[in-house]
Formats: sequence, C-alpha cells, structure tokens
Amino acid sequence: MKNIFKLLIISAIFQILTSNVFAGSDGNLDINSKTNNQDPEVKDCFETINRGIFAFNQGLDKVFFKPVARGYRYLPKPIRSGTSNALNNLSNVVTIPNNILQGQFKEAGINTLRFSINSTLGIAGIFDVASYYGLNKLDKEDYGQTLGTWGVKEGCYFVLPVLGPTTVRDSLGSLVNFGGGDAWYNVTIANDTKYFENSDYYYSRLTAGVDFRAKNLEAFDSLEKNSIDLYASVRSLYLQDRKRKILNSSETTETMNDDDWEEIDTQ
Amino acid sequence: MIKLRFFYIFFFILFLFKPLYAKEPSELINELVNEASIILSSSDPVESKIIRLNNIAELNVDIDGIGMYTLGKYRKNLNEDQKIKYRKLFKSYFLKSFSSRLVDYSDPKINVVSEKKINEKYTIVSTVLEETSNNPEVKIDWRIYTKNPERPLIRDLIVEGLSLARTQKEEFKSIMQNNGEDINFLFKSLEEFIIK
Repeated sequence: MKNIFKLLIISAIFQILTSNVFAGSDGNLDINSKTNNQDPEVKDCFETINRGIFAFNQGLDKVFFKPVARGYRYLPKPIRSGTSNALNNLSNVVTIPNNILQGQFKEAGINTLRFSINSTLGIAGIFDVASYYGLNKLDKEDYGQTLGTWGVKEGCYFVLPVLGPTTVRDSLGSLVNFGGGDAWYNVTIANDTKYFENSDYYYSRLTAGVDFRAKNLEAFDSLEKNSIDLYASVRSLYLQDRKRKILNSSETTETMNDDDWEEIDTQ
Repeated sequence: MIKLRFFYIFFFILFLFKPLYAKEPSELINELVNEASIILSSSDPVESKIIRLNNIAELNVDIDGIGMYTLGKYRKNLNEDQKIKYRKLFKSYFLKSFSSRLVDYSDPKINVVSEKKINEKYTIVSTVLEETSNNPEVKIDWRIYTKNPERPLIRDLIVEGLSLARTQKEEFKSIMQNNGEDINFLFKSLEEFIIK
C-alpha cells in the first residue's frame, strides 16, 4: 500500500514536471516550434539560472576538460580507439534493455551478440571484433530516449553543473541508471562485488567525457567562434540531437519541419 | 539526304530545349567540394583563401533565402529599410562565419553518398566527411533548393542530423526574445560579430 502511494506521488510529480505548461517558467522560450501541433515547444524554464550554470560549465571546460582532451589527443591512435571501443562496449549494458523497452528486438539481439563477442574475443571491448563478423555498431539508446518513444514530452530544458544540457525527461531517464537500470553502475557502486571498485565507474564516466571532448575539439571551437549566442546554439543542438535519436531516424527530412523553408522563395 | 537533314533539325531542337547549365544537385556538391578542397590545400595566404571561399559561397549558396529563414516569424514585421539592412548584415555575417568554419580544415575529403528528391523545390544530397586521425567520420546532408533546376542553390547543411540553419534561427530568436523583440539588438549583435 505504501509502495503504491509512493508510486502515485512519483507519477504525479513526473506528470507535472514533464508537462509543457510549467508555472515556474521565466524564460518562456520556444524551441523547434512548428506551425502545426505535431512538434510542441520545449521551454527553457529557468533561462537566467541556466545561462549562469552554462557559463560555469564553460569555465570548467576551459580549465579542465579542454586541456585534458588536448593531452588525450597526443596518445597513439590505437590507444584512443581501444578506449573508445571499450567505453562503447560498456554502454551496451544500457542500450540493450532500452532496445527491448522500445521494441527493437532485432537491435537488442545484435547488441547482445556484439557485447558478448567484444567483451570476450575483443578483450573487454578494446577491439571491435564483432564488426569484423558483420555485426556493425548501432546507435546508443538510453532511458530518456525510451521515455521519448513512449510519448513522454521533454518538459523543461535546463543545464546541470558539469553534466551540461538536459530536459526533465532526460534527467528522469538518467535517474533510472542509478535505480538499477545500468548494470555497470550496479556492479561497481550499487552492489559490493569483489571484482570492481566504485572508482571504476567514475573513471569510466570521466574517460567517456574526455574521449567525447577530444573527438569534438575543432567542432566546439568552431561553434564557439561562430556563435553570436553560444548558449542558444548549444540548446538548439541538444534538442535537435535528442529528437533525432528518439525518432531513430537517419532521414533528415523526418526530423525537421519544412514549413518555414516552403515559404521562402528567392528564385 | 532528307534523313540527314531531319537528324540535324532534330538535334538542333533537342539542343535548344535542353537547359544549357542544368546541374544535378550532387554534381553541384561534388564541384563545390572539389573547388573548396583545391583552395584549402593550396599554400595561399589565409586572406586569399577566405576571399576565394566566399566567392564560391556567393555563387552556390542561397544566402538571401537562409537569411530570411533564419529570421523566422520576425521577417514579417520588418519594413523595407530594415529588410535591406538585415540582408546586408546577414550576408557579411554568413560569409565570415562560412569561411571561418572552413578555413581550419586543410584538405577535407567529402564523398557524395546519395541524393533524395523531397519535392520539386528541394533535394537532399548526403555526403560523408572522411575520418581523420583526430576526428571521426561525419555525415553531412546538404539541402539543395532546386526550384530553378538550372541554378540549384544550397540552403542548409545538416551535420549528423543537426541543421545549421535551424540552429542559427534559434540563436537569432533567442536574441530577439531576450531583447524585447527589437530587431536593432539583432543588428547590433551581427555588427559586433562582423567587426570581431
């Protein structure tokens, strides 16, 4: 009875948070608004605070992530590829359950095979042996994306210290990882196993961040150099990216509203 | 003899009706990429590279169309003078941003993968920027405006599913919304970027 009551409260809070009519809105920005109602707005509810956190993250990036990522680039290519492969292999423990939750059973099968082959023959995922056998790498999935495919709206957009841009839906998705949804978290932190330390989890997360940053050094520099409002650019890119991932579409036209383009006639 | 004359007339008519400079969208991208690659891999000074890249952009990109798209709903509220000013500022802003993004690449290798016609006005050309020792492979889709098939123009670049035009549009929208929807603040931001 107590559990049911708790579940009801959580679901009520969830509904309020993911609703787009959020009373705490002070920025009231619409992103990706469409002329029709197929693509509802995502509100930047606490824009002033978000901009402050974004500036803090930018500072942290300048003094920590960017220099470390630059240093990481000096490592030989096989070491960087091996690290990237191992981290990617590890992400399968979140991707596979999400494949299943999204009804992607074929993808779940491929990812399970990839994970098994790469974890064993590929020596803890360092070598992508599965690709050699024709099992090519698929897109990553997470609980935020699963909620999106189930029809849960984004809720407010906000920026987290260190972790960066997110939405209420994506944050709730991330919480599932800590509630048993991430096998890697379960064996390193949640349960006291003899094989892994807590630090293994934190190191893997940190390395994933550095690896991502190193792969995007030039892209981030270019974005920073060419934006007149970097905060707004990052917000737009984040929301576009999440939308594309939720639709699991490689077709550009499926994820974009063409109405505004249709109006513009220059020929 | 009559047959031969018939053939001459037939080919003459065919020639007259065939658009002289009709270009397939993927052909446009191939040509553009090759030209840009020659410029970027040359030993010319950066300033010279920028001028040559800007010439390519002016010929092949619908800067005016992108400018109007980027302005979103606010384009409907501008008077003629404001429109002229915006067009001028946007062009300078776009060219500076365009050449600045490209000039950092020494010799990008972009290959056309496929072409998909969305409707009479638009075709999407899919390309891949080859992996380098530091950067992974990047998928780039080009939105080509084909209303006039003889002069296809680029309207958007979609990098790994992220539209540059849309990002710019939301950036401009943010500036407008945070400054009482006053177009002069956008003009000021563009001017600051241009002289930066």
